[in-house]
Parts: sequence; structure tokens; C-alpha cells
Amino acid sequence: MFDFSIVTNWIHQWLLSLMPQGWAIFTECVAVGIGIILLYALLAIILIYMERKVCAAFQCRLGPNRVGPWGCIQVICDVLKMLTKEIFTPKGVDKKLYNLAPYMILLASFLTFACLPISKGLEVLDFNVGVFFLLAASSIGVVGILLAGWSSNNKFSIIGAMRSGAQIISYELSAGMAILTMVVLSGTMQISEIVGMQTNGWLIFTGHIPAFVAFIIYLIAGNAECNRGPFDLPEAESELTAGYHTEYSGMGFGFFYLAEYLNLFIVAAIAATVFLGGWMPLHIPGLDGFNTIMDYIPGFIWYFGKAFFVVFLLMWMRWSFPRLRIDQILSLEWKYLVPISMINLLVMALVVTFGWHF
Amino acid sequence: MMQETLYIAPAELHNKMKQLKEVEHMDYLRSLTGMDWGVATPADEESSSTTSDCAPSTLVGLGVVYHLESTTTGKRICVKTSTTDREHPHLPTVTDLWIGAELPEREVYDFFGIIFTGHPDMRRLFLREDWVGFPLRKDNNPEEENPLRMNNEETIDTTYIYKEKEDGSLVRKERKLFESDEYVINIGPQHPATHGVLRFRASLVGEVINKIDVHCGYIHRGIEKMNESLTYPQTLALTDRLDYLSAMQSRHALCMCIEQAMGVEVSDRVKVIRTIMDELQRIDSHILFFSCLCQDMGATTAFLYGFRDREKILDILEETCGGRLIINYNTIGGVQADLHPNFVKRVKELIPYLRKNIQEYHAIFTGNIIAQSRLKGTGVLSRHDAIAYGATGGTGRASGWACDVRKRIPYAAYDRVDFKEVIYTEGDCFARYMVRLDEIEQSLCIIEQLIDNIPEGNIQEKMKPIIRLPEGSWYTAVESSRGEFGVYLESRGDKTPYRLHYRSTGLPLVAVVDSLTRGAKIADLIAIGGTLDYIVPDIDR
Repeated sequence: MFDFSIVTNWIHQWLLSLMPQGWAIFTECVAVGIGIILLYALLAIILIYMERKVCAAFQCRLGPNRVGPWGCIQVICDVLKMLTKEIFTPKGVDKKLYNLAPYMILLASFLTFACLPISKGLEVLDFNVGVFFLLAASSIGVVGILLAGWSSNNKFSIIGAMRSGAQIISYELSAGMAILTMVVLSGTMQISEIVGMQTNGWLIFTGHIPAFVAFIIYLIAGNAECNRGPFDLPEAESELTAGYHTEYSGMGFGFFYLAEYLNLFIVAAIAATVFLGGWMPLHIPGLDGFNTIMDYIPGFIWYFGKAFFVVFLLMWMRWSFPRLRIDQILSLEWKYLVPISMINLLVMALVVTFGWHF
Repeated sequence: MMQETLYIAPAELHNKMKQLKEVEHMDYLRSLTGMDWGVATPADEESSSTTSDCAPSTLVGLGVVYHLESTTTGKRICVKTSTTDREHPHLPTVTDLWIGAELPEREVYDFFGIIFTGHPDMRRLFLREDWVGFPLRKDNNPEEENPLRMNNEETIDTTYIYKEKEDGSLVRKERKLFESDEYVINIGPQHPATHGVLRFRASLVGEVINKIDVHCGYIHRGIEKMNESLTYPQTLALTDRLDYLSAMQSRHALCMCIEQAMGVEVSDRVKVIRTIMDELQRIDSHILFFSCLCQDMGATTAFLYGFRDREKILDILEETCGGRLIINYNTIGGVQADLHPNFVKRVKELIPYLRKNIQEYHAIFTGNIIAQSRLKGTGVLSRHDAIAYGATGGTGRASGWACDVRKRIPYAAYDRVDFKEVIYTEGDCFARYMVRLDEIEQSLCIIEQLIDNIPEGNIQEKMKPIIRLPEGSWYTAVESSRGEFGVYLESRGDKTPYRLHYRSTGLPLVAVVDSLTRGAKIADLIAIGGTLDYIVPDIDR
């Protein structure tokens, strides 16, 4: 397996030969920042294109097929359109908060995105409480949503924001608990170590039933945290027109849109990291020939492959189910998911204590 | 279809209506029509004030025509009343007997200026609050007094209740609709879930709806007023623009009404063609109902499944009639064009195709746990309320009321086909949903029985170039896609109708929204509105 730290170390040494250490680290930070933003935008475009095509396939349609081969330039055109649109501020809004809100959401999304281990040696933020940081950073997003709803001076927006607040904060609990279950199994909070644990079997296989239950709970809760169907109440178009971002136009809306898709990817990527072995290839103990072949496939392909597989699962969910109602969402979380994930955590602790896992 | 007509003077109206309801069990108010029978001469005024049973020939002034029916005995009766006072015309309300009279009486007030004493909410229904005059009065010229206004209509939170004093004068009492500290949101007129330009003002406590006030009239085109200056063939064109998903049936109703007035009997072939077309239209409407309900509830995939299949029906309609949405097919005494040679073949292909795809609908939506938990038990309409409001069609049948006009008063070829009237008794959203899906099945059944033996015959009876109807009044009803669609026609022997009133299928459905949504959540309002299945142009006319 190719280790990207060779490349990064080489760049670091090369920069050190040109400038003092402080400047070298600064340059690296800027380069990484730009890299993340570019990857972020690229992924958003791919995801939006994928969503259109996937949902078209589910709905007996073709999806975009006019601009470029298979309509693949369509999304880029849409991005350009959105960039050139006027950003206007409606009357009566709280200007400061109104303009701040999209950036808060984007900030949360960026911070979480930086934690993802894309390939071996290609982690931006990797330290001993990585999972903890990831959960903390992802929960900043809800502040942006609440601000957007509150500052828009629109009754629909505020209802959407309140729904979103209730929903995201509730579902963070079971999402966090599901990840915690896996932290118990792997015994570490450092993301690179969690991935490293899975060399000889992904955690979803080694962790028996509790790992599988945690995976299901995480998928449900993760979908709810992205505000995507069947949990799309905060922006339920048939009820609240567009919910908390009703009053945003141009790139103000664009940021929400971008963050929605990237959050979808982040949720899928975390699932891929924690449950499906991150960039680790599929290894079956005993089949050495097979394992060697699998090793030839680069880590980032494994990683994106797994993440997009989970994205596909989430899209499947979205385009199949009708929307839930607010009381049903809350009772699903507090009456079913939270108790189940608590018991699941306990079972996992027992499994680990008695060494029943593989 | 002759029915008894009673003439009751305003002073005795309320007592006699009460008697009709309680003794004769006339519990279903089919239609309530405002009328202007012309300005009274002094001689008329004397006779009407002295005699209680004024004869039809002497009927003058402003009045109302009520069509009543008993759901137990099936007896039907027509009641007319009038007042000669044009300055302050007032009649007693019947809303305490039939709650469904609330919106029609507001409509009559709006168009004729008749004040209903005791009515809980005497506001205009369709026109702006600042409208001058009452447009359907024969001596009113709406265009002169109402130039295009460049200011917005203010939303007013108060309404009035009128009471009659001993000496005959009126007192006005103010009633507040919403308190100033209530959290009132506008749902509509531009809103994805109101299916058109309907506006609800909803008072919320958190997510829970406290009260809803319906505002209609955003697509009011004055069709009934226009009809008074159109010849009979011309009036047909407007029926397709009422309920655009029942275009076929609405036009059918008007044609039947005019044919009945002229004493024309259409050929068997026309009857069968009309029946098949009506049922195709019904299937089209119910599929669209399914699609829109799914869309409103967030199941976008199911929405497109419905549209995929609806396309097939529209193609068949287009081939024979030339139109897809506004079809313009029925004519007085026949139909516009003979069936296309492909018609029978394509309809026969459609039947098994739809049967298969309806199973798909059940698989993706009906059986879904989320759909079931959102629809079951929400928005329960009791049988009693359905009748009192006059909520016919699928909504009434979901509440256990056998209100199908096709069974009650068979017309066209419905007496010779065998089909089941789908009835559910739960009265909730899920029952209303299931009624529609099961009715698609029944409609396919009807078409299947007719498609193989369409009799030969004329497709158009010979008509005079200018159609004049004899003096008189007629009421005809058909089962449109969403309930009883009635046409009330009054003629004075001219080539234009003296008054042409449509019984809207949607108006009673909108009237029940408030009582169904009290205590429900915003999301329930969408499900309730979706399953009631009203069409706004039909409400506003």
C-alpha cells in the first residue's frame, strides 16, 4: 500500500531547504487549505451530478443529458449561474447574522471534512481525540441553521430552523453513540489508528451484531443530520417552501446547498472510515493472493468507493420514502434509537471485555 | 328527474327549512344558488309581502335556490325564496341546519349583497374587501365602479355577524378572527401544497394548528357572470376551465342540463362514449391525486410513477379529442368528433397496463410505514360531518357516505354497467387515499364492460343554429372526479342563460379543512389538503 507520507515528507523537506521552518509550515497550511477547498468544490459537483442521475434512475427518467456528454457539464453550468446571481438582503433581516449564517454552516462542514483520512498518510487533522473533534466540529452546523432561520425575519424560516434544531441536536446523540460503540471496539479515538485497526477485517465484520446495529443506527441518524429525506422537514418544500434558507439567494443559498451535499459525503465518509475500514482494502484472512491483488488498488480509490457506496445507500433512502412528521421524528429518536444505541453500547462493552469479537 | 319545488317567504324560511331537515330528514344541502329575479314593481311587492307561497311567475327580487336531498330516503326537493328589498336585502341563514351553507352563503353575499342574518362570518368570499357593488345583480355594472386597483388588499382580522331586530332592521356585531398575539402564517396563495392559488391563514402554537381561515378568489374569473352574456354553445368552453381534472365530466353535466331543458335525447353511442371518457378522466384525476399526495408528503419517486402513467391516458384523450387538459369534447346533443380508429385498441392496452402499475403504487407508497403512520388516524371526518358539509366524492365515501351520483341518479350509460361504489368507514386520510386508488380499479372495470360493445349511431343530434331554451329552471348533476358537480340553469327563453350556477365540488372540501386541522400539525394540513383533493379553479369559478 502506497504511503502518502513519503510525498508529504518530501515536500516538507524541499520547502525547508528553501525557507525557515515557520514559513514552510505556513506555506503548507495555505496549500492544504486550498487543496481542501478545491476537493470540497469538486466533490460537491460530483455529488450533485450523482444525485441527479441516481434519482432520475429511480424515477424512470434520464436526468441531465444535454450539456456535455451525459449532461456532465450541467452542474458546472449551474454553479456558474449561481455565482453570477444577485445576492440580496430582504427587508427586516438581522444583517450581521443573516450574512454570517451560511459561513457558519460551511465552517462546520470544512472542519469535519479536514478530519477525513483519504488515504494512507493523507490525513489533514489527525490527533489522539480525532473522533471527539469530529463530532464537536460537525455540531457547529446547527448554529448556522438556527441563525439563518432566526435572522431571516420569515415565519416559515423560523419554523424550519426550530425543526432543524430539534432534529439535529436529537440525532447527534444516537450518531455519537453509534460512533462511540466503535471507539469502544477499536480502543482508540485517533482516526488513523481506527483505520489501522482494520487491516485484517473491517470493524463492521469484526464487531459482530453490535457493530452492525451501530452501522444501521448511524446511517439513520446521519441521514437525519444532513436534513435529507425522509428527514428533510427543516426544508420540507411542500410545507415550508424552503425552510430556513427561504430568504437566501445566489451564493448565500449556494453555500447551504453545497454544505448539504458535502455533509452527505462527510456522513458517508465517516461511516466508511469507522465501519468499512477507511482506505483499507478488502482483506480476507487466509487468501493471500487475493489480498495482494486488493493491495494494488490505491487507498484513496477504496476510500471514495466506499464513501460513494454509502452515499448511494443514503440517496436510495431519500428517493424511496415519504417525509416523516416532527413528532414522529422525535419519538423515533428518543423512544427507539437512543435506548437501542445505549443498550448496543453496553453489549459492545461486554463483547470487548470478554473478547467475543474477531 | 322531476322534483318538487317549494316557494317559501323569508319570514318562514328558517322554520320550514328546520322542518324539512328534522321531519323529512333532508340532511344534505346539495346546492345553494343566489338569484336576482329582477327589480320588483310596486304590484309585485304587495303580493309577495301578503302571500307566503308566491307562485314562480311572480318570483321577483333577490333570492336563493336551495337543492336538498335526504340521504335516508333519497327524496329530493328544491326550495326557492326571495326578498324584494334591494337596499338592505336579508334572509335568515341556514348554516345552523347545514354547516356546509357557510361558504355558499358568503358567495351569495359577495355576488348579490344578500345579508344572511345569524351567519357567523359575513364577509366577501371571492372578491376583494374593497369591491364596490354586487356583480351578479342584474342592475349592477361592475366594470364602471371597480377600476383596476393599484393598491394591495389589506388583510382584515375581523368579521361581522348580523342579527335582525324586532322591527326588521339589522344590527351588526363584530367578531375577531385572530387575536393580535396569535402566530399567524400565510399558507398560500403561492405555496407548493395548496395545489393552486388558495390561501390559508393558519394560527399556530408551535407546530400545532389552532385555527385556519380560508381565503378564496385568487383565481376567480367570474365565470357565472360571463355565462349570462354567452350563448349556450359558448358557455360550454368555460366548464373545462373549472375543475381541469374533471373537464370531461363538468362539460358533460352542462350538456346534459341543456339537453334536458331542450328535451333532446342523445344517441346510445354518445352515452357510451361519454361514459368511457368520463371514466378515463376520472382515472387521470385519481392518478394525479396519488402523484400530488406523494409529492406533498415528500415521496418524489412515487410522484413521477403517477405522471408516467397519466401520460398514457392523456395520449388517448388527445388522439380522439385533440386536447389533453382542456378537452372540449362534449357538445350539446353529442360529442365533437367520432372516436379515433386506434381508440379501442389503445384503451384495451391501457387497462392491463394500469392494473399492473397500480400494484407498483401500492408497493412504493401504500405499504410504506411512514406513509401509513402519517395518513392513518389524521384528519378524521365523520359521516355526519361529511353530509352536513356536503363533502361528496371520494372524501364523502371515505367517511362511509354512499354519495356517488352515478348510483344515486344514474345518467349516461351508468345504469347498464356493473361496478362497486367504493366505501370506507374510517374517514381518515388513509381511507380517502384508498378510496381513490380503489376507484381507479372500478373505473377500469366500467371501461372494460363498455369498450367492446360501443353501439353504432349518431355522434351528434341535429341542432338548430341558434339554441334557445324554454322558460324554466333545471338542476343536473354528474359525479365528477371529486364529487357531485351540479349545474343549475335558469332560462327566460333567450339564447343566453338567465343564470347559470355551478355546484362546486371543491368548496365543501375547503370548508372542512378548518375543522379537520384543529389540533393537527402543519405536516398534517398538507396530508389532509392532499387527500381532500380540491382543485382551486373549481372553487373560485
